[in-house]
Amino acid sequence: MGTVIFFDALRTAIGPTAAAYALLAVGLNMHFGYTGLLNFGQVGFMLVGAYGVAITVATFGGPLWLGVLVGIAGAVVLALILGIPTLRLRADYLAITTIAAAEILRFITRTSGSEPVTGGVFGLRQFAGGFYALNPIPPGSYLGPLSISHGRLWTMIVGWGLVAVFTLLLWALMRSPWGRIIRSIREDEDAARSLGKNVFYYKMQSLVLGGVIGAVGGAVFAVSLQTVQPDTFLPQVTFFAFAILILGGTATWIGPIIGALIFWFVIAGMQSALRRLSDAGQLPEFFGSQAVGATTLTFVGLLLMLLMIFRPQGMFGNKREMQLDVK
Amino acid sequence: MSSDAPAATDPLEGIAPEPGVAKPDPILTIDGVKRSFGGITAVNVDHLEIQRGIITGLIGPNGAGKTTLFNLMTGFDTPDTGTWRFNGAPLSGVPAHLVARRGMVRTFQLTKALSRMTVMENMQLGATGQLGERFLPSLIPGLWRRQEREITARADELLARFKLDHMRDEYAGTLSGGQRKLLEMARALMVEPELVMLDEPMAGVNPALTQSLLGHIKGLRDDESRTVVFVEHDMDVVFDISDWVVCMAEGAIIAEGPPSSIGQNAAVIEAYLGATHGQAPARRRKQAGGTDQ
Repeated sequence: MGTVIFFDALRTAIGPTAAAYALLAVGLNMHFGYTGLLNFGQVGFMLVGAYGVAITVATFGGPLWLGVLVGIAGAVVLALILGIPTLRLRADYLAITTIAAAEILRFITRTSGSEPVTGGVFGLRQFAGGFYALNPIPPGSYLGPLSISHGRLWTMIVGWGLVAVFTLLLWALMRSPWGRIIRSIREDEDAARSLGKNVFYYKMQSLVLGGVIGAVGGAVFAVSLQTVQPDTFLPQVTFFAFAILILGGTATWIGPIIGALIFWFVIAGMQSALRRLSDAGQLPEFFGSQAVGATTLTFVGLLLMLLMIFRPQGMFGNKREMQLDVK
Repeated sequence: MSSDAPAATDPLEGIAPEPGVAKPDPILTIDGVKRSFGGITAVNVDHLEIQRGIITGLIGPNGAGKTTLFNLMTGFDTPDTGTWRFNGAPLSGVPAHLVARRGMVRTFQLTKALSRMTVMENMQLGATGQLGERFLPSLIPGLWRRQEREITARADELLARFKLDHMRDEYAGTLSGGQRKLLEMARALMVEPELVMLDEPMAGVNPALTQSLLGHIKGLRDDESRTVVFVEHDMDVVFDISDWVVCMAEGAIIAEGPPSSIGQNAAVIEAYLGATHGQAPARRRKQAGGTDQ
């Protein structure tokens, strides 16, 4: 049974959903890891990216590439709306505003009034056909024991490819003088200002860039599931993305990738193990089939706590950096 | 208590030691600047001119409004009323980063070393007009690598001058308090300012380092012909290196003049010691380098 559980876990860890979450975490890394912006509404950018694709294709019959562009443009607008009033204020204002804005977006998409456009609580379907039509991989089952379908393999390649592209982009940005200003804002924005840097402008660039990456994650998420529903975009998605980022190591290029792999490996492995043990009647009813989700989350929370106690810098974080007094 | 500097021709010779007196070549001119916090008037300066090319000491008891005046002048705070001109150009309402780019750079009373960046990165950040600081050019190292080398060379020179070269690649967060003061001053110089505003540069610095810091401040005037304004509580330091001293109390300028005259000024003595007369501040050995806002 061990190998079966292992393959279940591995299949999810390298799957398209994990890639979408890795993109969310890459965007958060830009916001939180490098710039010090506390964005608690990354799921809002994800929703905009996902619905940008779904609405453009399913509601208005547009092409898929246009949908992706609409999602990205929507993320830029959302970042500007959030940033203009809050980025001049203290960090916590952005946190409150973003978490509220993400919830507002979810309620707008699920309200019955917007049903003709967003599909309301039922969401939208059948918008990803254009993506799968481009699939160059011949039909079949791939990667041996993981038995991954050609469609899933295609979304995995595109999803993780996008993760690689944006990781490379952030790496190139952060080693440049532009990245130096971004990090100086995280350390002390008044110091950056006193040296002639337009702090507001750089924070806005960071918010837009990280938001766009989150929206691309949303598009990957929507296309891989081939459906969008408002209630998949709950606030906890943002906190999963934060968990991924912290698990892998904030302000490192590899952190979001490793974090997403480990996070989804543990979640899927745990769920598979509990479900299989429960089906075999080897688990007390307390952990039984109804409680698998809750038990898994409890376990992941415990794991994160232990990580914070024994390895606060994450898997790949810089320990020396962590120990410095930031103030 | 005379300074070794303004040698042959003292530009302020013959200027009357009165609050708000006009000076031959002011770099900064302040008019009617007022700032209140609730019912308290923190700053209320009718007129003040800062002479170019000299060291001006800004003194005053705790709560006199010295740091608030710094914040207002450098765009970190906005006054209720008033205007001020830097090099003849109005500076009211100009945001902090543009004030710095125009050539007026300040340091902070509580040092702002960027802890999780290296000493060298702190320095490099100070350079202005970097092409690599723009979003798209930053992605092409070929465009900014040469400029980066020039900036690094300039930073290395400054670090050597401030005796921080051995800490070059360490995180700034590992520096001692005095070293952070040195770094902050060196970093401000990377901006190439005409006017350097130092907010309590000696606070929390050990006596051995104080002498070298004083040397650096004098060097700004003598070797680089920059203008310096600094806030300080230690009267020995103030009288040692200032060419001109401005005294504030309760937000207003109550006296100014050459250091030799300010110690005897009745208004200054009263501000420091209350209405009953005691010793002049010049003769009090050390005022504890406390903090004020």
